[in-house]
Amino acid sequence: MHVATYIGMVHSAEMQLSKALKMVAVKHIDEPDTEHVCKLLASWSEQHEQGLLPFIEKYSEDRSSPEPKRLQSLFKETRTGSMGMLRDLHDLWLLTQEVSICWKVILQAARGLRDKELESACQEFQAQTERQALWMLTRIKQAAPQTLLVA
Amino acid sequence: MKETRDSIADIWGERQPYFGEWSVRIDERISEEPDKWVHSACVLCSNGCGLEIGVKDNKIVGVRGRANSPVSQGRLGPKGLHSWVANNSDDRLTKPLIRRNGKLEEATWDEAMNLIVQKSKDIVEQHTSSAIGFYTTGQLFLEEYYALGILGKAGLGTPHMDGNTRLCTATAAAALKLSFGSDGQPGSYTDLDVTEAILHVGHNIASQQTVLWMRILDRLAGPNPPKIVVIDPRETFTAKKATVHLAPRAGTNVPVLNGLLNLIIQAGQIDKEFIQAHTNGFEELKKIVSKWTPEKVEELSGIPAQKLRAAAEILGSCNTLVTTALQGVYQSMQATEAAVQINNLHLIRGLIGREGCGIYQMNGQPSAQNTRECGADGDLPGFRNWGNPEHINELARLWNVDPTIIPHWAPPTHAMQIFRYCHQGSIKMLWISCTNPAVSMPNLSATRKILEKEDLFVVVQDAFMTETAKRADVVLPAAIWGEKTGCFTNVDRTVHLSLKAVNPPGEAKSDFDIFLDYSNRMGFQDKDGAPLIKWKTPEEAFEGWKECSRGRPCDYSGMSYQKLQEKGDIQWPCNEKYPEGTHHLYTDGVFNTSVDYCETYGHDMVTGAAITPEDYKAHDPKGKAIIRAADYRPPHEVPDAQYPLWLTTGRVVYHFHTRTKTGRSKELQEAAPDAFVQINEADAAKYGITEGEMVRVESRRGHVEAPAQIGDIEPGLIFIPFHYGYWDDSERTRAANELTIAEWDAVSKQPHFKYAAVRMHKADSTMGRIGDVTAKVVENIKEKLSL
Repeated sequence: MHVATYIGMVHSAEMQLSKALKMVAVKHIDEPDTEHVCKLLASWSEQHEQGLLPFIEKYSEDRSSPEPKRLQSLFKETRTGSMGMLRDLHDLWLLTQEVSICWKVILQAARGLRDKELESACQEFQAQTERQALWMLTRIKQAAPQTLLVA
Repeated sequence: MKETRDSIADIWGERQPYFGEWSVRIDERISEEPDKWVHSACVLCSNGCGLEIGVKDNKIVGVRGRANSPVSQGRLGPKGLHSWVANNSDDRLTKPLIRRNGKLEEATWDEAMNLIVQKSKDIVEQHTSSAIGFYTTGQLFLEEYYALGILGKAGLGTPHMDGNTRLCTATAAAALKLSFGSDGQPGSYTDLDVTEAILHVGHNIASQQTVLWMRILDRLAGPNPPKIVVIDPRETFTAKKATVHLAPRAGTNVPVLNGLLNLIIQAGQIDKEFIQAHTNGFEELKKIVSKWTPEKVEELSGIPAQKLRAAAEILGSCNTLVTTALQGVYQSMQATEAAVQINNLHLIRGLIGREGCGIYQMNGQPSAQNTRECGADGDLPGFRNWGNPEHINELARLWNVDPTIIPHWAPPTHAMQIFRYCHQGSIKMLWISCTNPAVSMPNLSATRKILEKEDLFVVVQDAFMTETAKRADVVLPAAIWGEKTGCFTNVDRTVHLSLKAVNPPGEAKSDFDIFLDYSNRMGFQDKDGAPLIKWKTPEEAFEGWKECSRGRPCDYSGMSYQKLQEKGDIQWPCNEKYPEGTHHLYTDGVFNTSVDYCETYGHDMVTGAAITPEDYKAHDPKGKAIIRAADYRPPHEVPDAQYPLWLTTGRVVYHFHTRTKTGRSKELQEAAPDAFVQINEADAAKYGITEGEMVRVESRRGHVEAPAQIGDIEPGLIFIPFHYGYWDDSERTRAANELTIAEWDAVSKQPHFKYAAVRMHKADSTMGRIGDVTAKVVENIKEKLSL
């Protein structure tokens, strides 16, 4: 049974996402809309981490495997200004996709396990992850033309 | 001066108690007997009272109310009766000015316009049109906005166009769109004549729309007066007349409204049939509000549970209800979410689309509705949906341009973001028309720095040398109301025609002519090489606008200048089906939410994320209204040990905006000569402050000094009116927006003027002197670090 592997993966990814959101909130403090939304979205990821605890107890979690390479490259460079903001939003969005697919994978397992509680947790958290991603996408769509053409 | 009443001493005048019909009362104020009277309406608030302009020897000599104005029945408020003198003011701008060697110097129109055109062309060539932004107003005419919308969207093709309506009514539009699918007020002012109950949320109507308040006062003086519920942290003129007055703490509108909704749902006072047939989302609302018991609301908002119950009893049992909301909702935390709960109240009770049932998500300015309708702000003309390619194609066909020129890859840029781009340097030219951001924007020291940036070319089009115009690179002298012809539309969709009564002073030109001149000089063309804007006169522009609005919710196609002049004011939609106009929208319970018709696919109310077309299609409401629930989130800045008090900002009855007009009326200015700091008696005692004593208020962004005014406000809260800037008194830092926060609502993007954490002390105290010195030191350090 590999449920513990994916529980470990989603746990790490959520932690990475909340940390990254808090970092972006502070780094781009000159973008007033970004600061507060990022802090709020970070709190959602932290709630998901909390919500995961009973299932870690039930199925345990395996966080022994190293962080996937695709995540290691995120937020590695120092980036500032409009382009830095766009690249940071881009990385945040990629992180949400990692989180989202993890929840979808676990959801399928939950259905196989007939674990109603895990199923509804996965659905709720995945939906909220999509809301995080949708905000990033909206903000990226707004920032992209200005950043690439003018800034 | 001859006047029918003293509107300074007695703001609302004598009562004419309402007996089945609101009587006519012609208010008039003239300096001498006019040779002629010219058809117009008042532009000093969003009410749009019909009036006539008195003219003698090409000079405005007064105004009198029009009897054929259903909005006002001849009445005028103090601002309307007095502000016309500003037209004749000696300090009107009469010649274009160009900044040369740091100083604004007189220039010809050719020099000024050629400079603007050359700059525009250079910038477009080097940086694309996305380096040009427009910041307009809620005080021009419909024809002017439409011209600006076309030249910006289909000429230059810039996404950066917005109005100061962003500061004042963006939330009204956002809330109407989210609930009903499009902008447009469902009700009519005539609802006030018959309604059983009225709810004012964050709206001091007695001060802001004095004539609309007269209508209510006349109801109160007659038989079957309506019960009034007021939600406002201050004991305003409006609150003093309330049956129940709820005074919430800053930032708690959503809990209070949720508490009311909960009590009404618990009591079963809902219209189940209406909810079932005409709405989506009720169950989610019920779930969210269920935890907001009166006790929980009391804990957070400070409103006693029994008072909330008393208010819910009125709102839950009335058969007809009018609700109004303004800046207390729109400029607070969770603005859109709170405004939407007001819509929800009417939806769950089925109180919409019929006589006596109105929701007025109010506007502050006379033509804010038109800024939104005509595409001069972050919306597309005719309430079209920027996310719907077919709507873009309609505009492209109408203007005979390629659809790709019209920016629609993302929502049009909102004002706060436009200023942010200016700050970052990616917007290199900002054209400001008829508004004064140097006093009206939040966090003024930052705003001033942006306007003064070397690499930002600022064009200001105004009638006076405002605090903003002083910082411009080019100033264009503009004609104002009475000196040009055009239409404008008030809150209840009533369209007025305002005719040119006199010539503008000196070389001043109408905003319409200036925009057309720019478009022609820029050589904007349609697909066939003809001029992009083909009209020459406002009336031709109105005919063009009729076509643009045809088939959309704001349908003007059945109107004409002649009809507006002969019949008086008309409420849109006015078309073949409704040739006389329309009192109420949604009379059949069908809302503008269908996927092909809606103005927006909506937003996540918490994050502001745009809902995708695919997602909206998947849940197409098909004409049902959308009930959206909201839970509480605390404000981002709250009082702490360092800044222990709440600040809120707002208006006084005698002034409008930054007093560019009202400050030039001797009587209005004398009635309200200066800013003030309103505080509670307990706070006055605690800080040892007496009435009229100079007080210094500080926030993390700046400070203000003004005399104290004690009483009629909750403890722990400070109120400062935002009208007072520096054009007539630069001695003292007194603009309220020195203190306010530059952040905004996630959906409507309206700034949060209604809360900030501040501290206060006597201006001449030791603390005050230390504050002064510290501020100067900090300012020096900041400058050295060039922050």
